[in-house]
Amino acid sequence: MNADCVIIQGSNMAEAHPVGFQWVVEAKTRGARVIHIDPRFTRTSAIADTYVPMRAGGDVAFLGGVVNYILSNEKDFREYVLAYTNAATIVTDGFRDTEDLDGLFSGYDNETRIYDPTSWQYAGQEPEGDRQDQEMQRATASPQQHQSHGPGVPGATQRDETLQHPNCVFQILKRHFSRYTPEMVEQSTGVSREQFLDVCRAWTDNSGRERTTALVYSVGWTQHTVGVQYIRTGAIIQLLLGNMGRPGGGILALRGHASIQGSTDVPTLFNLLPGYLPMPHHEQHETLRDWIDAFRHPGQKGFWGNAEAYAVSLLKAYWGENATAENDYGYAYLPRLTGDHGTYQQVFNMIDGKVKGYFLLGQNPAVGSAHGKAQRLGMANLDWLVVRDLYMIESATFWKDGPEVETGEIVPERCRTEVFFMPAASHVEKEGTFTQTQRLLQWREKALDPPGECRSDLWFFYHLGLRIKQRLADSTLARDRAVQDLAWDYPTHGETVEPSAEAVLREINGYDVATGRPLSGFAELKADGSTACGCWIYSGVFADGVNQANRRTPGREQSWVAPEWGWAWPLNRRILYNRASADPQGRPWSERKAYVWWDPDKGEHGEWTGYDVPDFEKTKDPAYRPEPGTSGPAGLAGDDAFIMQGDGKGWLYVPSGLIDGPLPTHYEPAESVIRNPFYGQQDNPTRMVYDRPDNPMNPSPPDANSAVFPFVFTTSRLTEHHTAGGMSRTLAYLSELQPAMFIEVSPELAAERGLTHLGWAHVVTSRAVVEGQILVTDRLRPLRIEGRPVHQVWLPYHWGGNGLVTGDSTNDLFGVTLDPNVLIQESKVGTCDVRAGRRPVGPASLAYVADYRRRAGLAVGEGSES
Amino acid sequence: MTTVSRRGGDRVMVPEAEFRSYYGRPIVREPTWKHDIPAYLFTGGLAAGSALLAVGGDATGRPALRRAGRLAAVGALGASAYFLVNDLGRPQRFHHMLRVAKPTSPMSMGTWILTGFGTAAGVAAAGELAGYLPRRGVLGVASRVLPPAGRLGGIAAAGLAPALATYTAVLLADTALPSWHEAYPQLPFVFAGSALASGAGIGLIAAPTAQAGPARRMAMAGALLELAGAHRVETRLGLLSEPYRTGRAGRLLRTGRALTAAGVAGALLGRRSRVLSALSGAALLAASVATRFGIFAAGVASARDPKYTVVPQRARRDGATAPPLQPCADM
Amino acid sequence: MSGNSLYGPLDPAPDAGYVDAPARMGFFTDTSICIGCKACEVACKEWNGIPDDGFNLLGMSYDNTGSLNANTWRHVAFIEQPVPEKTDIRWLMSSDVCKHCTHAACLDVCPTGALFRTEFGTVVVQEDVCNGCGYCIPACPYGVIDQRKDDGRAWKCTMCYDRIGSGLMPACATACPTQSIQYGPLDELRERAEHRVDALHATGVSEARLYGNDPNDGVGGDGAFFLLLDEPEVYGLPPDPVVTTRDLPKMWRKAGLAALAMGAAVVAAFVGGTR
Repeated sequence: MNADCVIIQGSNMAEAHPVGFQWVVEAKTRGARVIHIDPRFTRTSAIADTYVPMRAGGDVAFLGGVVNYILSNEKDFREYVLAYTNAATIVTDGFRDTEDLDGLFSGYDNETRIYDPTSWQYAGQEPEGDRQDQEMQRATASPQQHQSHGPGVPGATQRDETLQHPNCVFQILKRHFSRYTPEMVEQSTGVSREQFLDVCRAWTDNSGRERTTALVYSVGWTQHTVGVQYIRTGAIIQLLLGNMGRPGGGILALRGHASIQGSTDVPTLFNLLPGYLPMPHHEQHETLRDWIDAFRHPGQKGFWGNAEAYAVSLLKAYWGENATAENDYGYAYLPRLTGDHGTYQQVFNMIDGKVKGYFLLGQNPAVGSAHGKAQRLGMANLDWLVVRDLYMIESATFWKDGPEVETGEIVPERCRTEVFFMPAASHVEKEGTFTQTQRLLQWREKALDPPGECRSDLWFFYHLGLRIKQRLADSTLARDRAVQDLAWDYPTHGETVEPSAEAVLREINGYDVATGRPLSGFAELKADGSTACGCWIYSGVFADGVNQANRRTPGREQSWVAPEWGWAWPLNRRILYNRASADPQGRPWSERKAYVWWDPDKGEHGEWTGYDVPDFEKTKDPAYRPEPGTSGPAGLAGDDAFIMQGDGKGWLYVPSGLIDGPLPTHYEPAESVIRNPFYGQQDNPTRMVYDRPDNPMNPSPPDANSAVFPFVFTTSRLTEHHTAGGMSRTLAYLSELQPAMFIEVSPELAAERGLTHLGWAHVVTSRAVVEGQILVTDRLRPLRIEGRPVHQVWLPYHWGGNGLVTGDSTNDLFGVTLDPNVLIQESKVGTCDVRAGRRPVGPASLAYVADYRRRAGLAVGEGSES
Repeated sequence: MTTVSRRGGDRVMVPEAEFRSYYGRPIVREPTWKHDIPAYLFTGGLAAGSALLAVGGDATGRPALRRAGRLAAVGALGASAYFLVNDLGRPQRFHHMLRVAKPTSPMSMGTWILTGFGTAAGVAAAGELAGYLPRRGVLGVASRVLPPAGRLGGIAAAGLAPALATYTAVLLADTALPSWHEAYPQLPFVFAGSALASGAGIGLIAAPTAQAGPARRMAMAGALLELAGAHRVETRLGLLSEPYRTGRAGRLLRTGRALTAAGVAGALLGRRSRVLSALSGAALLAASVATRFGIFAAGVASARDPKYTVVPQRARRDGATAPPLQPCADM
Repeated sequence: MSGNSLYGPLDPAPDAGYVDAPARMGFFTDTSICIGCKACEVACKEWNGIPDDGFNLLGMSYDNTGSLNANTWRHVAFIEQPVPEKTDIRWLMSSDVCKHCTHAACLDVCPTGALFRTEFGTVVVQEDVCNGCGYCIPACPYGVIDQRKDDGRAWKCTMCYDRIGSGLMPACATACPTQSIQYGPLDELRERAEHRVDALHATGVSEARLYGNDPNDGVGGDGAFFLLLDEPEVYGLPPDPVVTTRDLPKMWRKAGLAALAMGAAVVAAFVGGTR
């Protein structure tokens, strides 16, 4: 709302976050310029001042061009960059950039397809781990574990404040992005030079002391094999322009579901524990000490220095009085990673018969995950499947009426999976918190009882836990101790014996074990077992015994930051790294953009104060400089604004922690219609690949067979529907707003393939064929890439076979290839063919797809990678 | 997908009009009335014309006209009541029409006109029963009371008849349907003429040629009124005349015109032939049916195509700078 | 045309007989900030318990509702337009609603008194009185009110009469995330709208204009008016709506003349001429 310019890319914010989008509208009404960059003109573009049509998959090329523009024209906010980023830090001599290696960085191994990051480190640092370690990191999405705290970087670094040293980050950045010229941007993304430069000017003109630009992205960026690097490029720009930590600036990451932020904070992810503590690995973290040191990084500065307290308190929350110093607080009970346990690996394991049972909670992978056929065939090969949902979703009925029944691949009478459907309570039928996309926790009261046998997830798991504990009560096996010793004594209420969500929130907040007193923040956590805390970043949500997440002070009764509405983690800070909103001396960069500042007259010796909770130690003087070698929080200087990073600086260059490189590089998507115009390396060399017969990839150039799938396709959402449709295609009022699966094409593509408006057509990839009715629209247009027109096709992904309105599932078209850092699928771009008419039905559709595979040079059962 | 831009005017005299619309969808809404309403337009007009015929016959000693007129009036009125109630969305609530008497609502006014007319026509028709009743007893009393009552009823009905015949024109015109509204100066005359002709038709069918003279003259007058009005409607409304001349409405109206002409011709030429007179009467009745359905269809057509709403309104908005919509030749 | 109770500027509630009526309430729909989310359509249906309208892919951009009718009292229109000079394309979105006209033709022609003027100046159908005569339907210059099949009665937006009397806003205004739909006293809304149009013109959006705000227009001004970014007919709205009742006095006069002519003709037919 305070932005002078809002850049929305990889996002259809108005479509998917309509309520949040009102603040963009508000900003626009106050005079902000809104720019939307997208392959397709959407409802967001309709409000934007400027719409920039761009090829799906071209974001690093585009943003890299912006970085190049900033550096070539000296538009960076120099004081900010010097003080708050690692621009001046010098990188080790052995580092080789993509400029030197035609698209690769130094340390690449062709066989394992992974990097040894030793040569990426800062000069004078100890290397972190080796190549084998990196493989494990990719398999377990280790970089995701680092996300809120930065990986290990020992404290002292070498810097050149003049930014002239050839190996300082600033110069490396310049060299790396020098080829991302406006001409290259035009050629590779289809964005005209004029429009590109217009965006650059808008972005840079609206940054600096007096003005800030906000960058918004959503899953249009994340769901790529280079998704993390997309975001990294945005971060580089926002750091160079001094927008991070400032009001109306920053990067707004819009999540894809209600409360999915909560699902990563208190995670439902295989590789994370609450508060982004990593799940231990069976080899790397044999002891408690090994594990804690892996993320505490002894010797480095910053708040992860206290991580032992966070970890031990978590273990105390899990095992209560059975977690003592003698048994390492129950560390032996924690599950261990052995490799890739990601959801897609699980699916393939299911197909291979390695998984017996599956709990499916509020998720519909038969429609909502990539490679629908694999999802369904996987679920058809289980012993048992428990589905908890509000409606009979496709993932519960795939065995009797899914697409594979139509083709004969699943025969209902012979499908071995026993499916249990447990009806769930909706969000108005239970109380608890939602954590929204700005880390804000909001408590919701229960409005009415769930009908019949519907129950909340909390009820289900609590009672399931009780029953399992009962079953194992008399066991003498060592492995069952973990369950036997679980602290599982939540108070319950009501006829249905519902566990108290408030009690759970109190435990998440943390309490003093002896007295039960709720803690007021993670600073009170101890490593000696005297505190318990379910999620250290949430500590403070129940400070003073008050449910802070339930506060609803109206906006007009408080400041514009509105800190008394709900509670944000950590410690109710609304903008992270807001130290950067003040200069190194602690004064706001400008009155107009004042946010937090140092008041030397406040408190005893001065305090940080302002509109928000300062994201900094309250009494730390800006002039403070630590003794060399100091670690932990005391190691942070008074101008180390990025307090969670090992060196306290924002990272333009990432020396460790990412699998695919310290700098973003333009790679083509795994399936593309053109050769990479920038480098010889076609696509992300380290991306996760599942090379199996049932997971073929469409061929990309230079393979001539790539012409079999000549069009680019992308998918996203409609406002009227919700993800896989379980909560929207089952309701008449929503179903009538978008009643049928459709496919958007440009008039040019329609002419080329003989497609008519509202006529039927089908889209084919090497995995599947799906059909829909055509909508011919000018909102899609062919782009000129590398001198020739490239057509893009768009499909919504909401449809499946169940509900009031049904249709084919778009996600069946995708195969599985993942970003190596976080293991997210590339489901925003692929290649395809489009043909008029309905698709074949039953076994004929298998034959149809098989024929495409043959023509694409993929024998039935062949994967392909460049 | 661009905004639909349509060109107005198929084979019409007005200049082609460019206009824009929302995917070619109608702006005003055509009525949900079924065939009942145009049928009622006919039966209502018939009732009115018949009542006038009856009172004239009563006053000038032409009992055949009197009787035929009175019976036709009450019969047509009964049919009218049936059509109107049948067309309601909630027929069982028809009496809600009597909750108000609203001058701004032609339908409300019509309800009361119908009620009054129906009562009067009923009494008038009852007067005809007198001849079948015994002379003695209660019914004997009735047989003496009914004729004068019937005369009074007949006069009352005739007094209301012109209102009955013309209020329906106001009903149609008092809508947003462009071709109906724009025709408000002419429609009452068309309906009046059509009612006269229908009444005349009853006379031609039912009365011996000796008594049918007034019926013949009524037919001529009615035809004149109707054709003059219709001509103006079809030529003086600019673009909005088009729905009266084209499509189903055009066909119906032309049929009606032809039948009217045939009926009048037949009535005049066949003044000595009972058969020819009856056929002429039938032709006039059929003409009235066709005309009413034609007018109805024209209004509906003017609602369906948005150009009839947009083009004249835009011309009005844009003021004197737009060329006036005129027919290209004098007619 | 001089103003009278049937035409011209008017405060409708006092004119309808209310003593000490509250301020006239209305809608200002600013389509320049509509994001086409259709929350208004859903909220309206949920509050009023309106049946769904059928599942039909209409292919009219993202409009699968089609138009206002008996089962849709808020309808979001979508228009995709090529705009050569600027960003090459423009997507207009607008939430349409009953205009609650100052001079409401539907109300004027209703023969049962089912349609009435509320103390807030709005127009509401009493569903227990309406007998489905259908006259209001062709009378509305905007084509809003409609008859519900299987039910027989006429239905339209009530401006949530059952909410505004309790200090709540209508459901659509409450649900609209960007405040494209604004509810409040009509005077205030009109003033706000003027400022908004001026602000848009100042930023170069010259095609912004108000529709239905002028008490001197053909319906006496709408209780629900709009800020549009193109001509009304592009959105399916009439360019110059006039309440049909304006001409009613003249219509009755013409009918009277015709009636007289009819009477005279009959007299002449019986008196004049030979046998």
